[in-house]
Amino acid sequence: MTTHPAPAHAGQPPASSTAQLSDPQNPVAPTSTTAADTGATTAEPAPTAEPAPTAGPAAEPGTATTTSARPGGQLAIQARDLVKTYRGGIRALDGLSFGVAPGTVFGLLGPNGAGKSTTVKILTTLSRPDSGSATVAGVDVLTHPSQVRRAIGVVTQRSGVDLEATGRENIALAAHLHGLSRAELNDRVTELLDRFELVKAADRLARTYSGGMLRKLDVAVGLVHRPSVLFLDEPTTGLDPQARAQMWDEIGSLATDGLTILLTTHYLEEADRLASQVAIIDGGRILVEGSPDELKSDLRGDAVHLELATVPDAAVVAELTVALGQVAGVTATTVDGREVHTRVTHGASSLPAVFAAFERVNVAVVTATIARPSLDDVYLRHVGRRFVAGAESSDQHLGTSKEVA
Amino acid sequence: MMPGLADATRPDATQVDATRPDATQGTVDTAGTTARQGRSVAIPVPRPAPTQSQYAASAGSQLRWLTVRHLRALLRQPAYLAITIVQAVVWLPLFGSLFRHVVEVPGFGGGSYFDFLTPGVVVMSALFSAGWAGMRVIVDIDRGVMDRMLASPVRRAALTSSALVYQVVVTTIQSTIILLLGWAVGTHYRNGLVGPVVLLIAAALVAVSVAALSNALALIVRKEDVLIAAVNFCILPLTFLSSAIMARDLMPGWMQVIAHVNPVDWAVSAARESGSVDPDWGSVSVHLVLLAALAVVAATLATRAFDSYRRSL
Repeated sequence: MTTHPAPAHAGQPPASSTAQLSDPQNPVAPTSTTAADTGATTAEPAPTAEPAPTAGPAAEPGTATTTSARPGGQLAIQARDLVKTYRGGIRALDGLSFGVAPGTVFGLLGPNGAGKSTTVKILTTLSRPDSGSATVAGVDVLTHPSQVRRAIGVVTQRSGVDLEATGRENIALAAHLHGLSRAELNDRVTELLDRFELVKAADRLARTYSGGMLRKLDVAVGLVHRPSVLFLDEPTTGLDPQARAQMWDEIGSLATDGLTILLTTHYLEEADRLASQVAIIDGGRILVEGSPDELKSDLRGDAVHLELATVPDAAVVAELTVALGQVAGVTATTVDGREVHTRVTHGASSLPAVFAAFERVNVAVVTATIARPSLDDVYLRHVGRRFVAGAESSDQHLGTSKEVA
Repeated sequence: MMPGLADATRPDATQVDATRPDATQGTVDTAGTTARQGRSVAIPVPRPAPTQSQYAASAGSQLRWLTVRHLRALLRQPAYLAITIVQAVVWLPLFGSLFRHVVEVPGFGGGSYFDFLTPGVVVMSALFSAGWAGMRVIVDIDRGVMDRMLASPVRRAALTSSALVYQVVVTTIQSTIILLLGWAVGTHYRNGLVGPVVLLIAAALVAVSVAALSNALALIVRKEDVLIAAVNFCILPLTFLSSAIMARDLMPGWMQVIAHVNPVDWAVSAARESGSVDPDWGSVSVHLVLLAALAVVAATLATRAFDSYRRSL
């Protein structure tokens, strides 16, 4: 997590991918389609609603509008105060709110049980919140669920592929169910098989597919009706590293196509790499939200990770925390088992003083690493423990954590 | 089909449009558009942006494709159809020889035991295969197929009824095979095709009722082992507490009482009566109406169970 690949900002597609947004989508269509109509799918209020007075300028053809700059209410996804309690009193969501600008990738990051999947279920109309409201593609999920279902593509954690059907049949079934015309259907299916490199396997039963191929098929099925918002619920969970890297490339290219993507993940690296906006969620609440860069720069300075020879006892931890707190430039210290994480304004120049602090309290350091802050450090800072993929919240809370300064 | 769409789906343009959502088209910035023009000369014709409402499937079309999905899976398991046939092949001679002499018992009414048995085996087979319908629901839930359907514009009615339509198709195929086998071993269809046709209708109604109940149970328990236990628990008593293989008049009194309220018995009785030389159409109609009413009740229960599944998400 010490390398920082540039997050794929959907708003700034690399030159090579610009062709994917072909210009013929000229909003000035030779039909009676109005400006408000063409913009409606992403940005405007529910198609049933009358065009809002503000719709004109925002959706005006040819206007250089950056979607993220639009005022609230025109977000591709907006969740307000969502609360959901399951039977048995488990509070999955506890007043969750966030917004996603059209054409961006939003990463919802958190451990299992944090409320990510529940959020996706509510936004995809599968589940209803106890209270709160949400709009997707400008449509209220509670009052107009069937309109939302037409506008979204969903790739759930549990796949959704029919294993007893071929890849081609899976995509074709989705196309039939969405009502693609016969003329368009075959082309669309071929197009997607091609796009996701499934042509060779197209007529094999999905049962024979590898995990990575199944995931690709899942995404292809989710895109068949050209949705404006795509939900990817832990799209790379359970994939081997190579398949995961491939999936990241696919998601990255979807983002440059201008699709709005809500990505849930418990891989920090994934969110860092793909999302332009990230929210860390735990216990059904948003702990912190921002772009990966903002979140990292909030941390100020560098992360210095040190590994100790032994697990220190509580007294030593307290002494160490105080000693490190006295070092100039150290802003925060967290001790987690044998690992010590500090935030240092200038990592390299402060390192000798940091080592000196360890010597003063007689603690042996095995390794030391200086890194630019990663989302991992953001998580550590806000949740108070290291992020362990797939771990239940409290299990990994081995050491004591303490904020200094 | 719009001219522009033909272009969009040309092989060379595949990559270009594969994943482009219709919705963001209005938000393309001018600079980007200029840059794009160089790359997309292959698609010079401006076309209207597809809107959400462009795609809409009728309930009938959804029902059809969901049913096709199940039937295709069935055809991929020839073993299943083979076992069905073998089962009938075994049952007819097995019960046929075992009970050959019961027709001589006073009160049975005489005639060939195969004449008596064939409708019984048809209804039994319908019952057995429909009983397992819920397994497909559980597999769909486990695989995430159900959730994907629920998050798509698939109409709920299409989703629930496709499983029942599928079951009717399967049962009709099965029943026809058994009727032909029965004919081969010497069953007489005394009233021409009327008996077999009523039998097919009765078997289909049994299949719909039982499949709907099995689906309802599957949606509630969502565990294969519970469903298997429940189906095993129900099917044999339903068979033996009916006149499927034994004349009702020869059953103990309490069994006859139960048989009167057993849908398997309604189906078998309606089929036998209509296949006799001089059918009592009043009795046939009553039994068929009862079966139809049961099918409606069962389908309603399945819909309720479906709603409760959705609420539990």
